[in-house]
Amino acid sequence: MLTTRRRFVKKLLTLSSYALSLGFSHISLANWLASNFSRQTISQSIAQLFPNQELQTSDRISLKLPNTAENGSVVPITISSTIPDVDTIYILSEKNPVPLIAQFSIDPELETYLGARFKMQETCDVIVVLKAKDQYFQARQKVKVTLGGCGG
Amino acid sequence: MSTIKIRSKRFADYTLVRTLIAHPMETGHNKNNTTGELIPAHFIQTLTFKHNGKVLSQCQMGYGISKNPFFSFKIKSAKAGDKVSISWQDNLAYSDTQEHIIS
Amino acid sequence: MNSPLFIFCLWINLLISSSLTWASPEQDRKQIQAFYQQLFPQLQLADYAQGVYAIDSDAKNSWQAIEEFPPYEFALEEGKALFYRPFNNGARYADCFPNQGIAIAQNYPYWDAQKQSIVTLASALNDCRLQNHLPALPYTKGKITKLLAYMAFTSRGQLIRTIIPEHSPQALNAYEQGKAYFYQRRGQLNFSCASCHIDNAGKFIRSEILSPALGHTTHWPAYRLNTGEMGTLHRRFMACNKLIRAPIDAAQSPALRQLEFFLSYIANGLPLNGPSTRK
Repeated sequence: MLTTRRRFVKKLLTLSSYALSLGFSHISLANWLASNFSRQTISQSIAQLFPNQELQTSDRISLKLPNTAENGSVVPITISSTIPDVDTIYILSEKNPVPLIAQFSIDPELETYLGARFKMQETCDVIVVLKAKDQYFQARQKVKVTLGGCGG
Repeated sequence: MSTIKIRSKRFADYTLVRTLIAHPMETGHNKNNTTGELIPAHFIQTLTFKHNGKVLSQCQMGYGISKNPFFSFKIKSAKAGDKVSISWQDNLAYSDTQEHIIS
Repeated sequence: MNSPLFIFCLWINLLISSSLTWASPEQDRKQIQAFYQQLFPQLQLADYAQGVYAIDSDAKNSWQAIEEFPPYEFALEEGKALFYRPFNNGARYADCFPNQGIAIAQNYPYWDAQKQSIVTLASALNDCRLQNHLPALPYTKGKITKLLAYMAFTSRGQLIRTIIPEHSPQALNAYEQGKAYFYQRRGQLNFSCASCHIDNAGKFIRSEILSPALGHTTHWPAYRLNTGEMGTLHRRFMACNKLIRAPIDAAQSPALRQLEFFLSYIANGLPLNGPSTRK
């Protein structure tokens, strides 16, 4: 078990190299993580992630999501798109206390395709945003999250 | 035992790579049922997916990703013998990495 | 006590009480399967192993997405390692079971004439531990679920064969007790298992669809999305009794073993498909 100080140093080093590879200083990555994964409204989150950007609704984004989540803690999603030159995929859940779920960079060697499992607090829209060079595209799909019955 | 499992499947036009990671992804808002105390937040923050040493995807995530995270990617062209890797780091500075050879 | 008269009276008593049983287990099984066939004409017998997913296509899609790389894989891997790790005395779990413990889950639970009780796979694992001077494992979660996951996995596809030995009135009695439990109303909400899983199978209870009782025993242990961990069938029985506000029988208590015995018998012929994932 590493001591707190050794873990802190280790975290600093790993995060630094990760951050540098992204073009951040490690401090600004830590800040980015803290501010984008903080509790806020969906409007605040979108304003922070995509300042002054138009999120064009696109029918070239395909979302596979359940109509009703079996359990809000594990909602499977598959995202695929025919939009060319996508370099980043964002997953948001409109009414989660922290709306941003995850952000993925996509190298040209990858298909614009992603599978993930995430948590939803309540019935709301799942919003997927794709960044292709300097343009942003979005697709939304409502997923019902219910509590109660007998699933325990 | 590694926390990371990786599987791959080659199709005509792409190679599907899937990963399953053992991690609690604790939000920090849950209570221990016995003690009543808050369970501290413990979740993966960054993840890197590489193919033959080249970074193909970097992910920043919050505790909104489910416990025992799953992710899947499609590599446009990969060959048998290629190496893929998944690495993660969490908010408590734990980390892990795993490699997988595409067959 | 051993007078011919006494034995004769005993025999008459057994004859009368057995004829008071309205149907034989085989008749029960056929009747229940026929009932569900009529309710869900689109389903084959084997489909019932999927539980509620056989009748809820949206949930089934979610389930299949998760089964692509299911969270129970870690428990399964650990279970296999545990199964083959020698105890302090050099013996292993594999040595306690027929066929080294591989592909045998379909034979459990069974009536043990010597013990005069029902043996479930979970209780057999603990019997193995006790025989090898190890403490018993808790029956609801943890290590036992990992061992069960491995044994279930090796038994996938095997068809359930629960046997009530012909000349054992005690085994038949155990079955009948399980059946009685299933149909007995209980608790504040005055529900029996049958109230939901026979009378209202396929209907909604609040926001969820009720699964048929047929096939309830096929897919355990299960990774439960709601707890984020592996759970056993008996843990599920307990949770259900808690939800209907009835007294909770302990995991692997005689009552719950009898219930499992009954549920397993009526599912004879269904394929096992554990370990699995459930909400």
